[in-house]
Amino acid sequence: MNDLLSQVEPMIPALRRYARGLVRDAESADDIVQDCLERVVLNWSRRHDDNPRSWVFAILHNLAVNKLRQDARRAGSVPIEDAPETVGARSPTQEDAIYGGEVMAAIERLPPDYRSILLLVSVEDLSYAEAGKVLEIPLGTVMSRLARARERLRSILENERPRTSTAGSYIRRVK
Amino acid sequence: MTIRPITEDDLQAYVDRVLDDKRHRDVSEYLVANPEAAERVSSYRSQAAALRSALETVAREPVPSRLNLTTIAAARAPARRTGSFRLAAAAVVLLAVGATGGWIMKSYTLPPSEGVAALAQEASTSYGTFAPDRLHPVEVRADGGDRLQQFANSALGRPAAIPDLRTAGYRLMGGRVVPTAHGPALMLMYDDDKGSRLVMFTRPMALDQDKPMVATETADVRGWSWAKNGLGYSLVGSLPHADLHSIANVARSQI
Repeated sequence: MNDLLSQVEPMIPALRRYARGLVRDAESADDIVQDCLERVVLNWSRRHDDNPRSWVFAILHNLAVNKLRQDARRAGSVPIEDAPETVGARSPTQEDAIYGGEVMAAIERLPPDYRSILLLVSVEDLSYAEAGKVLEIPLGTVMSRLARARERLRSILENERPRTSTAGSYIRRVK
Repeated sequence: MTIRPITEDDLQAYVDRVLDDKRHRDVSEYLVANPEAAERVSSYRSQAAALRSALETVAREPVPSRLNLTTIAAARAPARRTGSFRLAAAAVVLLAVGATGGWIMKSYTLPPSEGVAALAQEASTSYGTFAPDRLHPVEVRADGGDRLQQFANSALGRPAAIPDLRTAGYRLMGGRVVPTAHGPALMLMYDDDKGSRLVMFTRPMALDQDKPMVATETADVRGWSWAKNGLGYSLVGSLPHADLHSIANVARSQI
């Protein structure tokens, strides 16, 4: 009980941040965090994972993904990738700062799989192994998904200017 | 010495600054010679920084009271104790009923069906159902606008009172419509941000159209109920009668 409080309570701001990144609406995001905390309380003594952070984030992630699926079904399912473009016509250059609103609008256009890997690694500072546990994917998939997500976000932020010069020229380890 | 070829995974790890020093230097050298890769790495780093700063405000917000882990954990533990206590209490009542004879059974087991007593019963049932609900205790949230007021008016089919209990330390959370044998009732819920909730229950009255305030109690839920101009009101919670009474007076003074 005490270790529950001392280990989980400090995570709550980060849990709210992750939920907000996945589900933009603040109330819905907090609903998910609340649901997550209730499950954490109920199952704390039964957890097998010795890393409470990836265990708690995995519970939160699954609840958030379920919510996104429900919303998509209710909305007549417009896949996020095919949603209409909302980013302005301005083409930011490399030197431009990427503003918060812009980057949030951009990640909203990413599929949830891409959004979650970016948030877990770049914002929550989870290790690749921890992110793999949360998303239930092997390390190789973590790396390839992360690379694709970053490149997709870059092209959205740069307003999908054709980047034929770099596309396809990556050196990738073939697994 | 030959350098292992730089992989895409190395570039990602470089972005995240998780390479060991040696590999980090190798990638830095590689990037000097490969401006396109360097541009990607720098773009990935700035998107990561932008994401972090865009979401930073969320992590700095005070955590809302409904995400108070101590409250959530506490709500789990005593719930079971109350359950067994209730069972024990029920057993005592049944024993007493058995001992004194079957003829008074009816009045003990059937809830009051009319008047303020029935109203109080409905109010405490609603409290028992919705106050422990951490996910969706209310249907319409109090958001400062008039949406809740409109919802309340249409629930009762007439202008509804939404008392302000902030002077008593209770914040309005919102409301929902609850079906009763006497038609739809309006349930308003209040929270003191420390896990204590109150329910204010209102519905039209057929009997007891005007009635002074009376104390009611069912199980461990206490309340004060009254009726005025054809509408019945019941304020219930788990507080002692005296505390509830002064809050009920605050509510009544606004109706």
